Formats: sequence, C-alpha cells, structure tokens
Amino acid sequence: MSGLFVKTVVPADQLGRTIVRIAHEILEKNQDISNLALVGILTRGVHLARRLADHMEQFAGQELPVGELDISLYRDDVAARGSLTVRSRLTHPEVRGTNLPFSVDEKTIVLVDDVLFTGRTIRAAIDALFDYGRPSQIQLAVLVDRGHRELPIRPDYVGKNLPTSQDQRINVHLREVDGVDEVVLEAVEDE
Amino acid sequence: MNKNLLSINDLSREEIESILVTAAKDFLELPKRDIKKVPTLRGRTVIDLFYEKSTRTSTSFELAGKRLSADVINVKADSSAMGKGESLKDTVLTLNAYGPDIIVIRHPHVGAPAFIARYTDAHVINAGDGKGGHPTQCLLDIFSLKQEYGELDGLKVAMVGDILHSRVARSNIAGFRKMGMEVTLIAPPPLLPRGVESLGAEVAYSLDALAGVDVVYLLRMQKERHGDSGMIPSLREYIARYCVGRRHISGDQRVLHPGPINRGVEIEAELADSGENLILQQVEAGLAVRMAIMYRIIVDSAAASAEALEAGAAGEDRADADIKNIRAVG
Repeated sequence: MSGLFVKTVVPADQLGRTIVRIAHEILEKNQDISNLALVGILTRGVHLARRLADHMEQFAGQELPVGELDISLYRDDVAARGSLTVRSRLTHPEVRGTNLPFSVDEKTIVLVDDVLFTGRTIRAAIDALFDYGRPSQIQLAVLVDRGHRELPIRPDYVGKNLPTSQDQRINVHLREVDGVDEVVLEAVEDE
Repeated sequence: MNKNLLSINDLSREEIESILVTAAKDFLELPKRDIKKVPTLRGRTVIDLFYEKSTRTSTSFELAGKRLSADVINVKADSSAMGKGESLKDTVLTLNAYGPDIIVIRHPHVGAPAFIARYTDAHVINAGDGKGGHPTQCLLDIFSLKQEYGELDGLKVAMVGDILHSRVARSNIAGFRKMGMEVTLIAPPPLLPRGVESLGAEVAYSLDALAGVDVVYLLRMQKERHGDSGMIPSLREYIARYCVGRRHISGDQRVLHPGPINRGVEIEAELADSGENLILQQVEAGLAVRMAIMYRIIVDSAAASAEALEAGAAGEDRADADIKNIRAVG
C-alpha cells in the first residue's frame, strides 16, 4: 500500500517576498534595463514573469516587455510519451501559444520558469528563442530549483533551493491559475 | 486522433476542434517568422504519394512536413515506377521498407488510402481519393470559417457546382454538419449524386437560394471526370445559370473555393479577385492545419501507446507505476 504525502514548503507570504527579492537581483545584475525583456515559459512561468516585471517597474520606474513562450514543439520527448500539453489543450482550448511582442535580437532575455528540474525544458526554451532571433544574452530565473539536472544548465536567479528525491514532486501554485500562492511537495509514502 | 486519417468521419467534433486549436496556436503564425521551421518531427520521414495532379495539396503537405523538420519524399505517378505498371500494393510495400512515419496519398480511386493502410505501419493521411473524400481540405475549410466567423453553430453554407464529382463536397457536407452548420447544395440535377437526400443537406436548383446563406462555397467543374458524353448539355448554359459573380454576393457573405479555380466557369474573374473571397486564406489555413494534423497524428498515437504501456505496468505493480507517473510529470 502507498499513500500520497503532501506538504506546503513555501507559504504565500514567503513566496511573495521571494519574487520581490528576485526582482531586485535582476535589477542589480543588469545595470541598464532598457535592453532587458522577460520571457515566461507557459503557463506559470508567464505569471511569474509578469509579477517580476511589475515589481521591477515599481523599483526602477521603467516598463519591461514580457513575452510568453510555449515550448511544446521543441520538446525532446515528443515521441517518447506523447505530449501532456496536447491532452491539457483538449480540456483547456483557450491555452495560448508563444507570444513575443518584441524582437529578441540583441536583447538580454531573462527566461522565467516555476520549477527547474532536469533542465530539458530550459534547453527547449533556449532553442525556441533562437528561432525568433539572436538575443545578446539569456539569463534564467526560477522560483524553485529542485536539483537532478540532466543537462549542463544553471540558473542565474533562484527563489528557493529544495533538495528532493527523484520520485517526489514539486508543485508551484499561483493565484492567477490556482487561486492560491504556495509551493507544495508531494511524495509517495510507503506504509 | 486515430492512427490514420482516412475520412472526416474518423474525427469527433471535439477532436476537430482540438486539431484546429493546435493549428491556430502553434502553426498559423509560423510563416511570419524569419525561421519558419520547428524541430518537432526531426528524424521522421514523410512520403507524399500522388497519383493525381495537384498543386496546392501536394505543395502544402510537402511544406508542412518540411517546416516540422521531417524528411519529405515526393513520389508522383507520372515520373515513377507506377507508370511502369507496378501495382499500388507493391509500391506501398516498397516504400514501407524505408520505414516511413507518415504516408500521404492522393489517388483517383475511392478507398485507396484505406487499402494501403493494410500494407504499411506508417500513419496514412488521405489527401483525396477519387470521389470519396478529402478530409484535410474539410478541416482547413472549417478552420478558415472559424477564423472568419468565430462561432460555427447555425452558420448556413451553400455549396455550388459539380457536387457529383466532388470529394470536397462529400467531406465538407459531413464535416460542416458535424460542426453544427446547415448545408444547401445548389447544382443542376445531372451534377447531383443519386440519393443526395441521404447526405443531410438541402437541395436547390438555382442561385436564388444563395439569398439566405452566410457562406458561398464554390466547387470546380471537374470536366476531366465527365467523360466524352458530357454530364451537362452545354457549358455555356451552365455558366449562364450557375457561374457566381459579385452580383450574386450580398454584403457580408463570404466566398470559399478549394481551388484550382476555373475563372468564368464556376466563378467570375471579378469575384475571384475581390476581397469577398477567402481563397488565399484557405491556402494559408491549409499549411497550418496540415502541420497540426501531422504533428497530432504522431503525438497522439505516442501518447496512446505510452498509456497502454502504463496500464500494463499498473496491472503488475501499481505502486511502481505511480512513481513512474510522478517522475514523468516532474
């Protein structure tokens, strides 16, 4: 017998502060933000990117362009397991595709995602971005880094490092999608 | 999607809508990029097998496959061993030995796509079989109408012209009705198929019936299929009574045509050149929709076999499968 074990590891208030801190770190690292653009990976990365952009606008008094990136056509496992995104599209046909309302050429792009795990999503995102142009630099911001990288990819901004085992699962919930801000850890527990 | 796309009846309304969402979301904007290509079907092989003349369908499938990064081979009847008397079965067995992932077939005989599906492991897509059907044309037409009108339920469409020889009419009557649209067929009696009532469409014999519809769908006069005797007494009389021009089209009616058009036969040149027709939008839609079909036919079957695999594993050891699920999602 096995049961599902669920635990909140980052509550709402802490999650809010973490996003503010990452916004500060991005501003600190990039002195000139006129060339900066945030690109969120669908779905939750987009909402995180918007929140970061709002904070950065408050702190720096300058508006930042935000783009949305859909990486489903760039996955390396199209054949291996079909596509979970296709399934979710059946139930949520309003899901949007890539939308980059600016040229990525010569820009410094900050890629934003909720959880960094194997690194394969980020590999796909970088490939996708390069099909839209040639950014001068790409940086990576993630809310949670849970380890277990399978590719040489390293984040520039990390909200929280959460060491996990392979069979655990990290879910980021955001109020825009899930009605609540939190990070939860799920694990299968043996009795 | 199922393994093959042989007929529009292979798809439910939900599946059609989901394919069209894929087309709109992932592929419609692609031609506007500098790099008009995605790596999704890299390493896959697509064979386009065309036993009939075609410009837009064959170029559309070829480009769709190439923009998905698949390797695409075009085989045309007039320049291949098919001209040396090889049977369809033997051609397909030969091509199957190359291990293609998708075979797209256009053939003058009804049922050829279903026939070859028995001799290949590849996904088979019907790109037009005689008078049988043309499911990808139907999907791209539904897509064009959805882009133009948004909601399709209750939309009234008149299909005008050579219904008898038209595979497009057969697929589209079924597809349009599936999407909740009402279809009226307008043609002289010799160009209507026997038992036309069973298709579920209204029938009219004059262009006066255009008055009450939202969409006018014109079909090409397929003279090459009429034989020597001729199906109609006089082409000039047909043109006088059934050739549609701007004067037949009112305010917000839109005109579609699957192409190729015969100017001055089923469509007046002025209408062919006017903004009321969606003919070029249909071509644009064709590329996006065919990319979506090829992508989904591969991905959906992979998802189905992954599921079957998981179901098998669950029978042996459910806890183990649960862990695999969690890994797959993370």
